[in-house]
Amino acid sequence: MIAQPVLEWQFGQVTGITTETPRTKSFRLALPKWIPHRPGQHYDVRLTAPDGYRAERSYSAASEPERIGELELTVELIDDGEVSPYMHDVLVRGDQLEVRGPIGGYFVWDVTLGGPLLLVGGGSGVVPLMAMLRHRAAQRAQIPTRLLYSSRSPDEVIYRAELDALANSDTGLEVDFTFTRSVSPGWMGYRRRIDSSMLNEVVRPLGKDVRAYVCGPTSLVESVANALVAMGLPAERVLTERFGPTGT
Amino acid sequence: MFSRGFSGRRRSADVEKRLPPGQYLTTDFPVLSAGPTPHIALEQWSFTLEGLVKSPVTWSWDDFLKLPSQTFTVDISCVTKWTKLDTKWHGVSVDRLLEGVEVDPAGRYVMAFSEAGYTTNIPLAELVNGQAFVAYQFDDKPLAPEHGGPARLVVPHLYFWKSAKWIRGLRILERDEPGFWEALGYNMHGDPWKEERYTGD
Repeated sequence: MIAQPVLEWQFGQVTGITTETPRTKSFRLALPKWIPHRPGQHYDVRLTAPDGYRAERSYSAASEPERIGELELTVELIDDGEVSPYMHDVLVRGDQLEVRGPIGGYFVWDVTLGGPLLLVGGGSGVVPLMAMLRHRAAQRAQIPTRLLYSSRSPDEVIYRAELDALANSDTGLEVDFTFTRSVSPGWMGYRRRIDSSMLNEVVRPLGKDVRAYVCGPTSLVESVANALVAMGLPAERVLTERFGPTGT
Repeated sequence: MFSRGFSGRRRSADVEKRLPPGQYLTTDFPVLSAGPTPHIALEQWSFTLEGLVKSPVTWSWDDFLKLPSQTFTVDISCVTKWTKLDTKWHGVSVDRLLEGVEVDPAGRYVMAFSEAGYTTNIPLAELVNGQAFVAYQFDDKPLAPEHGGPARLVVPHLYFWKSAKWIRGLRILERDEPGFWEALGYNMHGDPWKEERYTGD
């Protein structure tokens, strides 16, 4: 057992907010007690009302641990949510946001774990995978890596420009998109939910020793993880992070 | 210090008093698992009580269904912040299971163990007197694999990672030892009302 640090709450100052898509924003925080996270870990965010009422949520770190002193969280707006609407509509640069972390020691990857690496994300499930890709790039690692990223439509793709730039500048990385509702005119790529034949095409070049990280809505994670195991990947090399209700 | 411009989304007083600190109400049933969902054939399934017991006992699926069972309606809280009220389960209380063995007086802790290697630790005193059960039905239907079926431990007064999915047995121990999540930074005990989420909380 690795000794675990006790996690303290701290206030980070919001140093920048980026609108990624109509429903997602990234928040950069300067943390006074920053410690390096492992890509894939998350932070808890806590909001406190004047009367002491509190709400907490968990958000994956989007930043790479090489970015010393800063934490970036990418947050999807949930319509009937409590914390994400506050972060989207109220929080501005210069505000203080209370966080603690990093949390979670299982759904993590760094270059010391090696590859080949298969990342499968659905919607905002790409966020912890982005931390892994940014870390891989910061380390100039050549570990063969593929990201398969499912979105409903092109305007919902988070980090599109950065992903394209990473894939173009790095022969070891390939990024595949699939769209489940609508595509751009002339789109020649995947346009369906991730299925076994798509996974086969993406995984085959990586070989049998792949480490897989799957993050997204429960229905996507269940079907992708089941398909990967059915393809012969050992279950202990398929790591999952799920969000959202069952079956929707 | 409070959060500028935050007032919060309050629930009725009846609901608020049932939500542990930092938790929000959900009516869905979210799925949290570290890996793929195992799909377990019932004829392969068994449940074992072992460790500090006079003689270990193992039930097959058919034998397990013959044990006296009951319906439990409980509130459950996940460390990922959701709480679900009035969840309805059917299964066998840990008290009933322990009637099948003679526990060594030195046995004070339990390691629940599951298919696919998942483990979690719980003090024995917190599994008895109606506090915990092994469930094989949820909402009057067989427990779905993604929710831990065919059977999961349910310890409603602790965060839900203690309610081991795909349970295969309980090992009685003399000393407390960390299970899977407990070794990865989560709390050894996990009481939602004390917000024992992580190491040192």
